[in-house]
Amino acid sequence: MSLRTPLGRVLGSGSAHDGVHHWTVQRVTAIAIAPLSIWFLGSLAGLPLADHAIMSAWIGHGFNPVLLALLALAAAWHSQLGVQVVIEDYVHGQHAKAALLLVNTFAHVLVAATAVLAVLRLAVWSPA
Amino acid sequence: MRSRPLSPHATVYRFQYTMIGSFAHRLSGVAMSVGLIVLACWLVAAARGAKAYAAASALLSGALLKALLALWLLAFCYHLFNGVRHLVWDLGYGFEKSEARRSFRVAIAAALILFVVLAWLLFARAGVAPGVAP
Repeated sequence: MSLRTPLGRVLGSGSAHDGVHHWTVQRVTAIAIAPLSIWFLGSLAGLPLADHAIMSAWIGHGFNPVLLALLALAAAWHSQLGVQVVIEDYVHGQHAKAALLLVNTFAHVLVAATAVLAVLRLAVWSPA
Repeated sequence: MRSRPLSPHATVYRFQYTMIGSFAHRLSGVAMSVGLIVLACWLVAAARGAKAYAAASALLSGALLKALLALWLLAFCYHLFNGVRHLVWDLGYGFEKSEARRSFRVAIAAALILFVVLAWLLFARAGVAPGVAP
């Protein structure tokens, strides 16, 4: 019989809740990205991509900026979760792993914020 | 902390086709993570104005970037259909060996078809290529 307390046995093993949350958000964002990305690429396919006036008008027109912002957010979130798992799987040094996970999170938040802000700008103001 | 079991021991297993499917899913995903930066830059260029957008368009129609865009498109098509496989597995279906093998083939075929269609529409027809001149 072990004299260790139940608490002592599980300390340092990590919580049982985060993994499920990670798993769920990964699926929820995937389900969101599938139709949004098909809509995005399908729309691009019918547009004159090199024409700035038409492209910036399209980005800011009607419901498009809402869908584009949601696509950027969902894609960045899904991407952050995915790269996180890759880092956790393949980077074994404790410090390197922590540093890379931090960089991963910050980089994705930066990309998401940048994309959303650009879309918002085109939604409220048309560039010259 | 006590050393705990680590998940991927890719090198200790006999080779199976499922490894390619799994690894390609990760690889395509990570590739698109980098592609997100380009998407954000493209949106910023559009928001900044005609001059910035023309510069971005010219950059994106260069041979190297165009090849990368095509690879990202291919990665998207594969990740999309293989992702659907994952979602179906999550619902508890398709685990039989024969089913998994067939869904792998279907995903590859669907990805290639979607890739050809989108590549034609995006590059050959309306495309990044024509009207690049600022």
